[in-house]
Amino acid sequence: MAALEEEFTLSTVPLGAGPNGLLGVEQSDKTDQFLVTHGGRTVILYKVSDQKPLGSWSVKQGQIITCPAVCNFQTGEFIVVHDNKVLRIWNTEDVNLDKVFKATLSAEIYRIHSIQGTEPLVLFKEGAVRGLEALLAEPQQKIETVLSDDEVIKWTKVFMVFRHPVLIFITEKHGNHFAYIQTFSSRTLSKYTLFHGQEEKSVIQNFTASVDRKFISLMSLSSDGCVYETSIPIHPRDPDENQRVVRSLLLKTVVAGNARSGVALTVLDQDHVAVLGPPLPASKECLSIWNTKFQTLQTSRELPQGTSGQLWYFGENLFMLHGKFLTVIPYKCEVSSLAGALGKLKHSQDPGTHTVPHFVNWETSRGYGFGSQNSEQSKRILRRRKIEVNVPPPAFEQLLSTIKNDSEKDIEVELCKFLAVKRTPDFHTIVGDIVLELLGRHTTEPSFYPRNSLMQLIQTHVLSYSLCPGLMEAALEKTDVQMLQLCLQQFPDIPESITCACLKLFLSISDDSLQETEINMESVSDCSDPVQEKMDEQTEILQNGFNADEQNCDSCDRKLNQKPQDAAEETTSCPVVPKRAALLNAILHSAYSEMFLLPHLKDIPAQHVTLFLQYLYFLYLKCSENATMTLPGLHPPTLNQIMDWICLLLDANFTVVVMIPEAKRLLLSLYKFVKSQICICSELNKIEVSFRELQKLNQEKNNRELYSIEVLELF
Amino acid sequence: MDAFGGPIWSMAVSPCGSQLLVGCEDGSVKLFQITPDKIQFERNFDRQKSRILSLSWHPSGTHIAAGSIDYISVFDVKSGSAVHKMLVDRQYMGVSKRKCIIWGVAFLSDGTVISVDSAGKVQFWDSATGTLVKNHLIANADVQSIAVSDQEDSFVVGTAEGTVFHFQLVSVTSNSSEKQWVRTKPFQHHTHDVRAVAHSPTALISGGTDTHLVIRPLMEKVEVKNYDAALRKITFPHRRLISCSKKRHLLLFQFAHHLELWRLGSTVATGKNGDTLPLSKDADHLLHLKTKGPENIICSCISPCGSWIAYSTTSRFFLYRLNYEHDNISLQRVSKMPAFLRSALQILFSEDSTKLFVASNQGSLHIIRLLEGSFKHLHTLQPQSGTVESMCLLAVSPDGNWLAASGTSAGVHVYNIKHLKLHCTVPAYNFPVTALAIAPNTNNLVIAHSDQQVFEYSIPDKQYTEWSRTIQKQGFHYLWLQRDTPITHISFHPKRPMHILLHDAYMFCIIDKSLPLPNDKTLLYNPLPPTNESDVIRRRTAHAFKISKIYKPLLFMDLLDERTLVAVERPLDDIIAQLPPPIKKKKFGT
Repeated sequence: MAALEEEFTLSTVPLGAGPNGLLGVEQSDKTDQFLVTHGGRTVILYKVSDQKPLGSWSVKQGQIITCPAVCNFQTGEFIVVHDNKVLRIWNTEDVNLDKVFKATLSAEIYRIHSIQGTEPLVLFKEGAVRGLEALLAEPQQKIETVLSDDEVIKWTKVFMVFRHPVLIFITEKHGNHFAYIQTFSSRTLSKYTLFHGQEEKSVIQNFTASVDRKFISLMSLSSDGCVYETSIPIHPRDPDENQRVVRSLLLKTVVAGNARSGVALTVLDQDHVAVLGPPLPASKECLSIWNTKFQTLQTSRELPQGTSGQLWYFGENLFMLHGKFLTVIPYKCEVSSLAGALGKLKHSQDPGTHTVPHFVNWETSRGYGFGSQNSEQSKRILRRRKIEVNVPPPAFEQLLSTIKNDSEKDIEVELCKFLAVKRTPDFHTIVGDIVLELLGRHTTEPSFYPRNSLMQLIQTHVLSYSLCPGLMEAALEKTDVQMLQLCLQQFPDIPESITCACLKLFLSISDDSLQETEINMESVSDCSDPVQEKMDEQTEILQNGFNADEQNCDSCDRKLNQKPQDAAEETTSCPVVPKRAALLNAILHSAYSEMFLLPHLKDIPAQHVTLFLQYLYFLYLKCSENATMTLPGLHPPTLNQIMDWICLLLDANFTVVVMIPEAKRLLLSLYKFVKSQICICSELNKIEVSFRELQKLNQEKNNRELYSIEVLELF
Repeated sequence: MDAFGGPIWSMAVSPCGSQLLVGCEDGSVKLFQITPDKIQFERNFDRQKSRILSLSWHPSGTHIAAGSIDYISVFDVKSGSAVHKMLVDRQYMGVSKRKCIIWGVAFLSDGTVISVDSAGKVQFWDSATGTLVKNHLIANADVQSIAVSDQEDSFVVGTAEGTVFHFQLVSVTSNSSEKQWVRTKPFQHHTHDVRAVAHSPTALISGGTDTHLVIRPLMEKVEVKNYDAALRKITFPHRRLISCSKKRHLLLFQFAHHLELWRLGSTVATGKNGDTLPLSKDADHLLHLKTKGPENIICSCISPCGSWIAYSTTSRFFLYRLNYEHDNISLQRVSKMPAFLRSALQILFSEDSTKLFVASNQGSLHIIRLLEGSFKHLHTLQPQSGTVESMCLLAVSPDGNWLAASGTSAGVHVYNIKHLKLHCTVPAYNFPVTALAIAPNTNNLVIAHSDQQVFEYSIPDKQYTEWSRTIQKQGFHYLWLQRDTPITHISFHPKRPMHILLHDAYMFCIIDKSLPLPNDKTLLYNPLPPTNESDVIRRRTAHAFKISKIYKPLLFMDLLDERTLVAVERPLDDIIAQLPPPIKKKKFGT
């Protein structure tokens, strides 16, 4: 239900009486800060939660502010118009409005509109609209006249529709009202005549509007005290033609019919409007919240000291003049629902156990019209897009300067500080920049190699090869295998040439130097396996499993079987030290494309190829020890990866390997296992087919007949 | 109207909604003007060599992209001439295919044209120069559909392998504003071709030959990983496709292009819970009624007495009279249906089969009296002034006094049929109504909404009933609210006024209003307690929602008489068996 909270007064200075007291309240680029323009000469920036002013600016004696000050959301500057034609642009550091940027235009301005996501738009009194940038580039440009004589703008508002601003303004001429819709995506201006319907006599006193995907819903408060609604399409059928739109009654007699002044109307969300004015002819002025869907009065607040007929609504705060003071009433509204109207909407009883489920609406989750309200409606916490995405946090700049000059220790300290800050959406690119900066210094002074910082950055899990192209090259140069292993594990997009360079390094690096390095060993399982004796038997079983008997085996098989002892010895002891195995596993895990990898694999020396093949063969045998064909350990290479690499290596270096005597036995055993693999596959395919048949049979059994009658005892 | 270009392969509405483009078999692109009352031909664009399979407007409406076979054309809308012709490589994995079909194009506001084609490519073209900018080979089969988000920072494509790929515009480095399209996420939720994709602000939606509609929320847009962020798979339409004649034990099944009428079988045997009884008489397929023309059936209904069948396509309304003579059945079409009955969104017969209620396209409700072999138009209930919404759900009270009708958002209107006027309107609720029914005797209107809320509204008292208020105060069980499919049918037991029978696709439920409501700590799916348990335990664990999941997927369930329920299942395997085989992927070996 809608609820008005305790009101508080914003300005301590009494404002001038009458409608000139307050020109407008506008949002600034920071939440909770609002620009209040007093009629006359002053603009004050308030922080609403603290109820105190942050800054105040005045124009010179003799000048007069003619249009409420707004904030340019793209630059954070403030803009105000004085004497109808003079623009002033300043920011919070400026003290004197006389000394700030000034531009004098050729026509009189009605309003400046500024909303998130677009540049400010200037609406001239003659109906023309310009973007601020274009105006500032040529202030004296000719402004065309759109409106006819005696036609004056009464009210205006701007919306964002699919990233493009849409401006609506209402004009009056001889008691008739016209609506103009200016779209900026297709640069069309369309005109509508507001047709009053049966209530010809009433005079429209106030407007408000909201937007959904295709329509602007224009609400007007008439002198008969009723609220009417008019739907105007954003994209006209025929922009050149003057079209008529009819209004329909939305709420009956929300204010007393005879109220002369002090009535105002503003849309709060899809279902709620706030109305300012006396509810009964004799009563005091009131702020009331109406639900348009159920046509019910939700809540109201009396304003005994009178008000000025001006009402603004920004981010859960209603602003109005109460007596001579600017008053803020915070307003909260839960989504209106029948359930809520009927009784109590169900709330989560104990937060934490489970969140209350509800219907999901895929369309309304990102607020187009009413930011905060919409997200509240769907109750999904969406990541709000930060406006300052492109502005890196200050810690970043400090870090960059540290990197340029300071020692490795200092950099580490700064980096920790930086990483502790909450992550922005473009965190990955910022981290990439830091790495590039570090590498840049490394190339200019080779002794500088900030290993710890780099490791820390890689472990943020956001880097990729393309974000920091030089990193792995530098690590290769320094033979920093630990960092290379980390990169191979973390980066999704390492070029094949680098992968191959890493492989070469991993195969050639001496065991002694490996001893000194710290390498993540989680992918390597215990290599000294106690089930060595069973090995022989198990290969036998494998064979039996897939191949009926020995007859199918070639002579080479028999030859191998003749010296099972040798084979067992050869295959059950790991050909490489565990640390090297861990590094090679990192290679096996990395992504590659065969076409690009093969040419680089040809460059590996023959003895290294043999060593790697031996290791792969060893892994394969380990795999085939158990039924699931997996290796033990936390993150072991999969059978597919092992097989693919064996194929790749043989493809690339076959002629070389064939010529090497020590590789002969290896090749023979590989040949054997290829055969067994083919057997596995053919058997699996056979099994798949038979299982499918079984499944079919099973389904048939479970299936009820096309028609059956069953007995069912119901509770 | 005819476009005079042979079969139409593609259509696109201009960004402002006033113009329609049509791509034809003969290679012509035709522009039509849409006015409120008609569609009018405006002009032809330059004729192309072969059929136009895809069309896309530039957001400003000045240019269009048209995908044909082997090339994409960019047209200037003002002049109607082709500005660029962009040839697509026919090569497919090094093998030259005969043709490369452009299944989809998307024109972005910065002038980029994205095309998807039968060679498995997603390509980015610069429409200003007509050059290929980037090429992604994503599939070994056709890429068939594309949808771009409103923000133009991400798009989604669907392939014939059943895979859906998400592409996003990602900045390359932080200090440059340069952004790049990157393939970010593959999803494999389909077994067959993905023929259509859509991109909502927070989710990707895909559908295709395998008859599933999949909604995949974008996880980066959701911070809390709860039930909302779960994948949704929709298999069956959220509508009632079956109607039932209780008196004659007939079921009418609605298919896309035909209706089937079946008579239920019977048995003389009895048994205990869980038994399948031998049939003394099998179910009979009485009638197979095919529609004329290519239009799909929108709605259908059989009268409770079984002697009338009515159905409607998008432009025609049909009424048939059925005559039963022993085992013979004869069908007679009632001719000269009035013009205002051209198309209907929902049809309903009154309980005594003397009146027919038709919710028509323009939001009005027609009441027709049925006589032996003919009919008489009684009255038309006009929609409330100002609303243009069509009614898509109807319910009539068994005593024939009340008619409830609901559209998609404007609340439920209850009409008094005796006086032919509006009785009251149940206030609008945020979520559409999925099922409506009026209980006998009490004339309580039970309304089920798509967010799984159920309301009971007393028509004579014009207010919600005490029970409805109680359950709204306490709230529904969280598992009840987490169900994926909406309630599609509600019925009542004639002798047990406290019971409401309702079902969705995966369960049916009897709500016993006399029992206490379950709270979140109680077990919602409470199986039947064993009979040997003491009465105390049975009573303690019992609550108002008696749910059974024995039949699923359940398309229809209704009470035939006091002791008989009829349930219609539609096993997924049967649907899959009728589909063309998916692209075969070998699991083992190469």
